[in-house]
Amino acid sequence: MFATLATLIRYRGLIQSLVARELKARYRGSVLGFFWSFINPLLLLLVYSFVFSTVMPNKTEGIQPYALFMFCGILPWTWFSASLTEATNSLISGGNLIKKVLFPAEILPMVSVLANMVNFLLGLFILVPGLIYYHRLHFTADLLWFPVTVLVQLVFTAGLGLILAALTVHFRDIRDLLSNLLMLWFFATPIIYSWRQENVQRYKSLFNLNPFTHIAISYQEILFFGPVGHWKWLLALGAASVVLFLAGYWLFDRLRDSFAEAV
Amino acid sequence: MTSAIELVNVSKIYRRYSGRQFATLKSALLQRSILRDLRPSDTFPALSEVSFSVPTGSTFGVIGRNGSGKSTALKLIAGITKPTSGTVRVEGRISALIELGAGFHPEISGRENVYINGIMLGLTKRQIQDRFDEIVDFAELREFIDAPVKTYSSGMYMRLGFAVAIHVDPDVLLVDEVLAVGDEGFTHKCLDKFAELRRRAKTILLVTHSLGLVERFCDTAVWLDNGRVRAHGDPRRVVDAYLMDVEHSEEQLLATETAKAVEATNAPDTASQAEEAAHHPAAPAGPEPGQLMDMFRATEGRWGSRDVEITDVAFLGHNQEPSFVFHSGEPMSIRLKVRAHHGVTDFVFGVGLFNVDGVCCYGTNTYAEEMDPEHLTGDAEVTFAVDALDLVEGTYKVDVAVHKCDGVPYDYHRLLYTFRVKSRTHDVGIYRPRHRWTFSPGVQFKPHEQKPSG
Repeated sequence: MFATLATLIRYRGLIQSLVARELKARYRGSVLGFFWSFINPLLLLLVYSFVFSTVMPNKTEGIQPYALFMFCGILPWTWFSASLTEATNSLISGGNLIKKVLFPAEILPMVSVLANMVNFLLGLFILVPGLIYYHRLHFTADLLWFPVTVLVQLVFTAGLGLILAALTVHFRDIRDLLSNLLMLWFFATPIIYSWRQENVQRYKSLFNLNPFTHIAISYQEILFFGPVGHWKWLLALGAASVVLFLAGYWLFDRLRDSFAEAV
Repeated sequence: MTSAIELVNVSKIYRRYSGRQFATLKSALLQRSILRDLRPSDTFPALSEVSFSVPTGSTFGVIGRNGSGKSTALKLIAGITKPTSGTVRVEGRISALIELGAGFHPEISGRENVYINGIMLGLTKRQIQDRFDEIVDFAELREFIDAPVKTYSSGMYMRLGFAVAIHVDPDVLLVDEVLAVGDEGFTHKCLDKFAELRRRAKTILLVTHSLGLVERFCDTAVWLDNGRVRAHGDPRRVVDAYLMDVEHSEEQLLATETAKAVEATNAPDTASQAEEAAHHPAAPAGPEPGQLMDMFRATEGRWGSRDVEITDVAFLGHNQEPSFVFHSGEPMSIRLKVRAHHGVTDFVFGVGLFNVDGVCCYGTNTYAEEMDPEHLTGDAEVTFAVDALDLVEGTYKVDVAVHKCDGVPYDYHRLLYTFRVKSRTHDVGIYRPRHRWTFSPGVQFKPHEQKPSG
């Protein structure tokens, strides 16, 4: 298994160009092209700002400006949910490659995760100036936690993506189950509400069971609130993610031979 | 000599998953069958115990019918699927021309696709840069290379795919029936490229239905049948063995078809007999009695008074063995067994040969050849013998009849019998005159390419 895991590293050039292709192809044919990667989050941010300050103002203490707070969680969530949705489909839509070309199949879900990560990082170019403008971002050593959080999320998402991609080949309804599940998961994670609210703290132990809680809180602490206090949970999740990734890779490897036949 | 590809006792069993096309997680969870659904419910052996090795630098042909396991073998060698048992060993870099342009993304340009496809096939960016011009020129797509691939015609798509795959500079090239992608000119270019790879001692494995290509190109060939190796060795011998087998099964098919056609018309009061009643009065009213009138009726069938009955029709080959497949130029005869229920003095035997288009290639009868009937009683045999069957390749249908001199039929079998003519020469037409070519000394041909005619 570790030998096949090494193929991922050997094929990094391919992963790189497939990610680039994915990003290029996404906006190919549109007038603004690559700028959509910035315009999408910008429009989203503007709409949220308008809605939550004018239409239905959210005056909750401590998370002002609310639109920015929400954005700190929504950007990584979008990365997460889009990655899983695309990874789930990746083997089926890339069936041609698996059946006709000598091609390590695990690259396909990886590319989905990485392409969405690039979009997430591009979204930061919109978020960060907003944070700076409202003096929410503090340039301290705590910012070093940011890459760690990204890495944890990457490993976690990749592990889940591998499992979902492999199982979807055999169980096609996972796609539909997943979209509903992601919806639930979104509201069960402190993204549009704050972890620090009293009525959330009451169910703390339940929230702790949700892995994405820790990722969302980490981003919020790093970008929005200031001092990072959640790092123990983050590191624990990081370790669990590595286990998840290896388990996912093992499952993927076990089912690999059935892909070319079942896709 | 070392071998570039080696298969030892390779079996591949395809799994079929559950009855329906896709299991659903919902049912798997509800019926607690998640493990069962992941396990195959049915198996299908695509290859069993196949062993062969391809020496480095040789060209190797794989032939066989559809579904004989050729493509499976290729996928195993390419590493796309794993054998169920046995080992597959390949030395060096493989490039598989299985499906051309399989990894192309329709939205991005040909240029970008060349890069990505090349990387997928194992090249580095630098290597692709070096070969880029060569690839584009080979594909003849210079002016379209920056257009998105979705705007390409299927031919352009295939050419680009082929160009990339062949420029990977593989040590082992696997080719699956892809030479049909381009026009004549492109096909020649591909063959030239193969020849070049051969000269550079690269190993080529060719899966194809084009037997001529195997004979011309390959050093060794293997014939797969139902997932097993039926023959292995000299391509000419393997191809011949394969052709014999194809003939044999065609023969069986023709035999059953003929039996069915005869069966269908043997029952009395069939439609053709009713039709015959309508047709019958017309026959003697023809301009000249004894003409081969009936031959121009289009539908198959059987009619006549049956005073004289044709009980059996057989095609005989050169050793007087019944057969349905003949080689052009070989002797062939049509043997009729007839039974006269009472003695007759007015009878004509006739035969007619038709090609698949319904064109009468030849028709004759004993009356037309001025044989004067005297007497026919009891059981008798009539043989129409051809010394050399000078017909081009194809399927032929046969009329046989015994009728009166004025055309009133005793027993007319219309297009009930079928035989096939095989030919190594791809000439066309409805008839092959005996011929030879002569040339003045200024015209020279290479001596070895001479194909046996007939």
